[in-house]
Amino acid sequence: MNLTLHIWRQGGPDQPGRMVRYDVKDVNEHSSFLEMLDVLNQQLIEKGDDPIAFDHDCREGICGSCGFVINGEAHGPLPKTTVCQLHMRHFKSGDTLHLEPWRSRAFPVLKDLMVNRSAFDRIIQAGGYISVSTGSAPEANLTPIPKPLADRAFEAAECIGCGACVAQCPNGAANLFTGAKVAHLNLLPQGQAERETRAVGMVEQMEQEGFGSCSNFAECEAVCPKGISIDNIARMNRDYLKAKLQGVNRLVVVGA
Amino acid sequence: MESPNVSGVLDSKIPAGPLESKWEDHKGHLRLVNPNNKRKFTIIVVGSGLAGASAAASFGELGYKVKCFCFQDSPRRAHSIAAQGGINAAKNYHNDGDSVFRLFYDTVKGGDFRSREANVYRLAEVSVQIIDQCVAQGVPFAREYGGLLDNRSFGGAQVSRTFYARGQTGQQLLLGAYQALCRQIDAGTVTMFPRHEMLDLVVENGRAVGIITRNLVTGALDRHAAHAVVLATGGYSNVYYLSTNAKGSNVTAAWRAHKRGAFFANACYTQIHPTCIPASGDYQSKLTLMSESLRNDGRIWVPKNPDDKRSPDQIPDADRDYYLERKYPSFGNLVPRDVAARNAKSVVDEGKGVGPQKNGVYLDFADSIRRLGRKTIEERYGNLFEMYDKITGENPYVVPMRIYPAPHYTMGGLWVDYNLMSNVPGLFVLGEANFSDHGANRLGASALMQGLADGYFVIPYTIGDYLADFLNAKTPTDTDAFAAAEAEVRAGVDRFLKIQGKRTADSYHRELGRIVWDYCGIARTAEGLRKALELIPALREDFWQNLRIPGGSAAVNQELEKAGRVADYFDLGELMCRDALDREESCGGHLREEYQTPEGEALRNDEKYSYVAAWEHNGAGKAPTLHKEPLAFEAVKLTQRSYK
Repeated sequence: MNLTLHIWRQGGPDQPGRMVRYDVKDVNEHSSFLEMLDVLNQQLIEKGDDPIAFDHDCREGICGSCGFVINGEAHGPLPKTTVCQLHMRHFKSGDTLHLEPWRSRAFPVLKDLMVNRSAFDRIIQAGGYISVSTGSAPEANLTPIPKPLADRAFEAAECIGCGACVAQCPNGAANLFTGAKVAHLNLLPQGQAERETRAVGMVEQMEQEGFGSCSNFAECEAVCPKGISIDNIARMNRDYLKAKLQGVNRLVVVGA
Repeated sequence: MESPNVSGVLDSKIPAGPLESKWEDHKGHLRLVNPNNKRKFTIIVVGSGLAGASAAASFGELGYKVKCFCFQDSPRRAHSIAAQGGINAAKNYHNDGDSVFRLFYDTVKGGDFRSREANVYRLAEVSVQIIDQCVAQGVPFAREYGGLLDNRSFGGAQVSRTFYARGQTGQQLLLGAYQALCRQIDAGTVTMFPRHEMLDLVVENGRAVGIITRNLVTGALDRHAAHAVVLATGGYSNVYYLSTNAKGSNVTAAWRAHKRGAFFANACYTQIHPTCIPASGDYQSKLTLMSESLRNDGRIWVPKNPDDKRSPDQIPDADRDYYLERKYPSFGNLVPRDVAARNAKSVVDEGKGVGPQKNGVYLDFADSIRRLGRKTIEERYGNLFEMYDKITGENPYVVPMRIYPAPHYTMGGLWVDYNLMSNVPGLFVLGEANFSDHGANRLGASALMQGLADGYFVIPYTIGDYLADFLNAKTPTDTDAFAAAEAEVRAGVDRFLKIQGKRTADSYHRELGRIVWDYCGIARTAEGLRKALELIPALREDFWQNLRIPGGSAAVNQELEKAGRVADYFDLGELMCRDALDREESCGGHLREEYQTPEGEALRNDEKYSYVAAWEHNGAGKAPTLHKEPLAFEAVKLTQRSYK
């Protein structure tokens, strides 16, 4: 199949960017979207052009490295699918596709389709963990956890941190990402001791990073490759409000 | 080819005493660093997968100053995240006869008696603590209705000792370690350097004292000094180009350390996983694994007639060859990974392969669907069937899956002693990057166990014993050794950019991978290995003449990153072939066609080859020196595997 691609090209964080047109010929329908770009990049290098930079690693939809917007949809048109798992058979010859990086104030573009998502790491650092130092854990079966509860925690924990939720949100909010981690840990008995400080720390960090506010568009849930539910956002909001009403502040952690 | 020199300079430092008490005794005698002094030590950790993240977090908790590096944009992306199956631990929750000894024994036997008893015993011993630690961190393992942890039997084990989190066990364990790491970053004990690649090890007065890194965003080369350097940089399956590893997984950190003196052990021990989705075309960038649990209910076959053009459901039983069931009546489709992989390769080599490229075999669920109903199959394998459908566009409930083996894990790696220290003092190596625990073949659900054992429960003890000698030692970066290493890295980067030839790094990588796959893949022969040892240097020569890297070094340049990794794969591929040629026996994942039983099983030669082959680098173009660490077996009896 033949495609017309319009791809965002930007040399570096402080440089202006623009859409550049590429006509791609003889794309194999069984190749993945990233393999299609690989082939284009090989051709660009052979012609002496600069290849298109994009983040990717496992290409199995689990590491969360890849992702860009295809015709306005984060990760492209297939539900619950990262762009590395999207295959060309879902497109038609003659299609025109616009490829853009995640657009969010909190995710500055580094080059082309590659963005800086370190804001996500800092949200986790603000409380997205259970404080249990190596060696101090009790026997694992000491605390039975009802299976339905464990399953709910697992479903929240499936988040791959790709950033599609932020990219698709009209406000650029990170509430689904943050809510998923708050919910995963706050649902479990192990997470109760830090339930309030976790919610406060993570929500406040999220706001500091420049993400927008959630206004319940639910676009995030629609594009999430792992199908994370917006129920997790409600859970986070409840824990956050409760904690704030009790005057809880972010935990200040100091090293040993 | 020059014959390898042989010398004996390796001390594995295995503690004396009975197997069961070695680790406990050893821990009791290791020197400690006073809590107030720990902050005076800096430790570098390269890699943030299960081994690296767990080590960095644990060091931070103890009070050391840690610098942790990863090439990905976040430590959470390390390739441990893609592990599907599970993690073994000798908890014996099922009351089915499991024990530390049995896990130890299964691992040594599974490794075809080419691993160190003492290391493996320790691994089995600490396995139970790993589960406790991960559950306390909030890792959502599968549970039974009573609320307790669920286990399954995995990879042919006769007990249920595998803990799992659906098909995403690696993800959940890694996020647990990553979160522990994040807590330490917040506490200020760990400084994280994402998008940084280690390009050299700095060795001064025979000790590892730091690394040179390249910032993958700005291109800046930086010097980082420390009292100890810990590599947890994963395996080298990507030498084959097509593997189940992530695209970025590479051998560069380990190889650069090797060039600075660290011995590389058992390079030829690679694991080829039998159930992966076959390549669909020449654009193929990686291969995807399908969990081997599928072999529990799927039947493997090929048409008897290689030219059979009928669709698989139209081929009657009489015209099908269920070759595993025919050759191994008692194990059938459940033979170990290496046996299944080898047999798939032979039928495809005979021209009986299926699919448009004739490069796969059928894994057929039609009988199981008839017997158990579609619903049961859906419950067991639903997510895998969905993944297969996504990638191939074929519905495996209707059309049999096509599978073929793919490189998946490398048992070889940098040589380490019992303390996980390489032969270069101050350089420690953890997880898949070292050679230590899996011998010639790794059992399912043991990689996650080893990564976390090394990082949480071994290195935090053993590193203190090394550091104790260096209290108040300075860690300057303005030394001759740092300057020389940085200059060499800079020259290496410039060399790539100056070639300005015609071929891309990927095109060389594909061609190299094909050579290594053909001659040092599932089955090897002396003749083929000798041929590879001619082909690889010739292609490398061309690489250095004709490579094309666009752009410069002062910005994001993904082609430049690839070039460095491919250059190292050339050298590693050559060492793999040398190591495979030296080992005139078959064991585990290393099958030399000349050494097989009459039934076609791997034939070990315990008298001559019961050793770890540790190779010393002697400079470019010179033959490496082979150092042998003899393996002694006291607790287990060496046996010949049989799956008839």
